Amino acid sequence: MEKTEQRMDEIMSRLLRTGVILAAVFVLAGGVVYLARHPTPVTNYRVFQEEPEKLRTVSGIFHEALALHGRGLIQLGLLILIATPIARVAFSVVAFLYQRDWTYVLVTLIVLGLLVYSLLGGAG
Amino acid sequence: MAGFLGALTGLGGGVVIVPLLTLVFGVDIHYAIGAALVSVIATSSGAAAAYVREGYSNVRVGMFLEIATTTGALVGAALVLHLRVSMISIIFGVVLLYSAYASMTEHADSSANTGPDRIATWLKMDSAYPTPNGLQSYHVRGVPQGFGLMFVAGVLSGLLGIGSGAVKVLAMDKVMKLPFKVSTTTSNFMIGVTAAAGAGVYLRRGYIDPGLAMPVMLGVLAGSLIGARMLAGAKVKVLRMVFSGVIAVLAVEMIYNGLK
Repeated sequence: MEKTEQRMDEIMSRLLRTGVILAAVFVLAGGVVYLARHPTPVTNYRVFQEEPEKLRTVSGIFHEALALHGRGLIQLGLLILIATPIARVAFSVVAFLYQRDWTYVLVTLIVLGLLVYSLLGGAG
Repeated sequence: MAGFLGALTGLGGGVVIVPLLTLVFGVDIHYAIGAALVSVIATSSGAAAAYVREGYSNVRVGMFLEIATTTGALVGAALVLHLRVSMISIIFGVVLLYSAYASMTEHADSSANTGPDRIATWLKMDSAYPTPNGLQSYHVRGVPQGFGLMFVAGVLSGLLGIGSGAVKVLAMDKVMKLPFKVSTTTSNFMIGVTAAAGAGVYLRRGYIDPGLAMPVMLGVLAGSLIGARMLAGAKVKVLRMVFSGVIAVLAVEMIYNGLK
């Protein structure tokens, strides 16, 4: 029991690190592309303007990133970053299932549901 | 700019990003909050990777309380739509003042261990953590109150783009009587998940701008690496005082800006 829990911690820790590194790589690559194409960014951040649709939805971001647009790549990196804690929660569901801890399977499923809901729909 | 911002936040967490971006660089607060949330996830996940392995954080307590924080974050992110910018600034300032105060006060380890608690036992929250003298077991208390405070922490996180670490530690330290090491690491563990809930909503709503989030996120990541190394050698007490001072000044500026 102790052994498996320790192994779970190991995997979880690796998962988090990989997620952050992967996200940073995409953001950095996107940043390079973006700055190469727009040497002097002129975006005005003083006035709030919603981002265009293609940079707001999961499918739109993938589309933009595949086209190797700088902003799309950055957004994909940020999406990976947001997905990292979500993946951790998903992994916990499996870990608690493995331990047959039904109370916490339910608890983690609720948290996972809330996170997926926040990213894909509702509360907008 | 990014490096400077990163180094500062590496030392002090997400609370610095929003005031710096809005006050110094004149960025709209919605963009600032979006960028801050993203960087909060980055630092929290990076740090949590190290803590989880050392066996300090209590995964059960963390997961259970995340129900409260993620729900709160969704409520907070929904509230942003209905509050005026001046109102958000004022709330931000007040929260900053509180965190300045909280980081100044010393933490006494409050785990004068009392007996087991019914709810905590049912939820199997009691655990043990490593100390120099082997594993030290502890009991968890005040689950409903802690849960309530965590909801508040979640709302603040979704509303202001911060990790609300101060409120989280308050809930676990003072109310649930977790040992200090356990409450700080578990809080860090939760911050990423809470911020992810808020960030999801912000992303869909178009508050996360790649051009702004890119330098902030990379700067914060680099800064947290450097910050951790600097912290190891620095006098923590002096640093903490300086930092509380900076936060207090930012807090007053935010409130003043909101009132104007």
